[in-house]
Amino acid sequence: MSGTETAIVVDEIPVPFKPGQTILEAALEAGVYIPHLCAHPEFAPHGSCKLCTVIVNGRNASACTLKAAAGQEIEVDTPDLHAYRRTLVQMLFVEGNHFCPGCEKSGNCQLQALAYDSEMMTPHFVEFYPHRPVDASHPDVLIDFNRCIQCELCVRASRDVDGKSIFALVGRGMASHIVVNSPSGKLGDTNFSVADKAAHVCPVGAILIKRVGYAVPIGERRYDLEAISEEASRCAGEEVR
Amino acid sequence: MSESAETPALPKVRIATTSLAGCFGCHMSFLDIDERILDLMKIAEFDRSPITDIKHCSPCDIALIEGGVCNAENAHVLREMRANAKILVAIGACAINGGLPAMRNRLDVGDILNEVYRDLDGVQSHVPNDPELPLLFDKVYPVNEVVRVDYFIPGCPPSADAIWKYLNDLILGRMPRLDHSLLHYD
Repeated sequence: MSGTETAIVVDEIPVPFKPGQTILEAALEAGVYIPHLCAHPEFAPHGSCKLCTVIVNGRNASACTLKAAAGQEIEVDTPDLHAYRRTLVQMLFVEGNHFCPGCEKSGNCQLQALAYDSEMMTPHFVEFYPHRPVDASHPDVLIDFNRCIQCELCVRASRDVDGKSIFALVGRGMASHIVVNSPSGKLGDTNFSVADKAAHVCPVGAILIKRVGYAVPIGERRYDLEAISEEASRCAGEEVR
Repeated sequence: MSESAETPALPKVRIATTSLAGCFGCHMSFLDIDERILDLMKIAEFDRSPITDIKHCSPCDIALIEGGVCNAENAHVLREMRANAKILVAIGACAINGGLPAMRNRLDVGDILNEVYRDLDGVQSHVPNDPELPLLFDKVYPVNEVVRVDYFIPGCPPSADAIWKYLNDLILGRMPRLDHSLLHYD
């Protein structure tokens, strides 16, 4: 049997896949990096950030939700898609209050890492500067909604892994935002724990563990040392993060 | 016949710099190019800049803008530099997205002034209103929301190496680029 029945072609490289795998899963396992933000290997795909958009046989598709299938010819690393992804990242930056110099997540932030990777020199669009209060009511965890990108990873982790359903996304369009499931709306009034999966999946600096923010100095952090695409290629086949 | 006698000296690249609503950290980082500034001075000279203390900008090649736009004076300076510069570069986090000063943007500027100058214990009892004081804007604006910007160098501050690389690319006519090791927002 020829390999083409169990392989897709990503940027002219044959990439094997197992039945049921998405394009993103197959590519990452083979060391072919596709930028992604709201996708996480431990959770059902969400398909909302659109950073993993690729061209499959001439049509745009989200690599995190589309299953790999024989005969797919996929474009990932093209100048057009590169510019498109950078525009998406820029829109995420202006929609929230992303002040990297004042953020403890800087250097470990996937949004920032993807911005570095797409050579974003400026957020380009007019800043929204939204008003989003901080929730510091929990003894061990801080939520800074200013940096939330509404990827719903905390929603998925709290619901599917922790079994607590502490977070939810409410509202529509520009009014969408994350809420906390307690009568006061404060995290301190829930049974949320620092040991919960949901405390550790935030790709940006929205859900932060207190008192450890600067344990690793700025400049020596994960994406300071290695670009997110290089890390993904180096760690291919290991547990995908 | 010596070559230098035939070839007229190239005119020096004129560079203007200013710090608007910034902390001068980007200028300090610029000065961290250390002795490389001697190489720069062989081919460039400063126009308006804290380094020369020239107060107004004249026609120049490159303008480096540090800081966002928080008051009327910032806007005047920025527009003057835009009008005079062939290439305008926003340098540092504040020039690019307002930076930490822009964290006041969700608050009413009148409330802020009253809180700081009128309501706090032990301070004077009124908001300063001297005509020499520039009028504060309602928000701190990124430079590109006030004038057209040609290039951006992010960082808080950008490292001396990043500024050096970018300036070299600009002066030598290359497409300016910062690789991963030089591109930082913090």
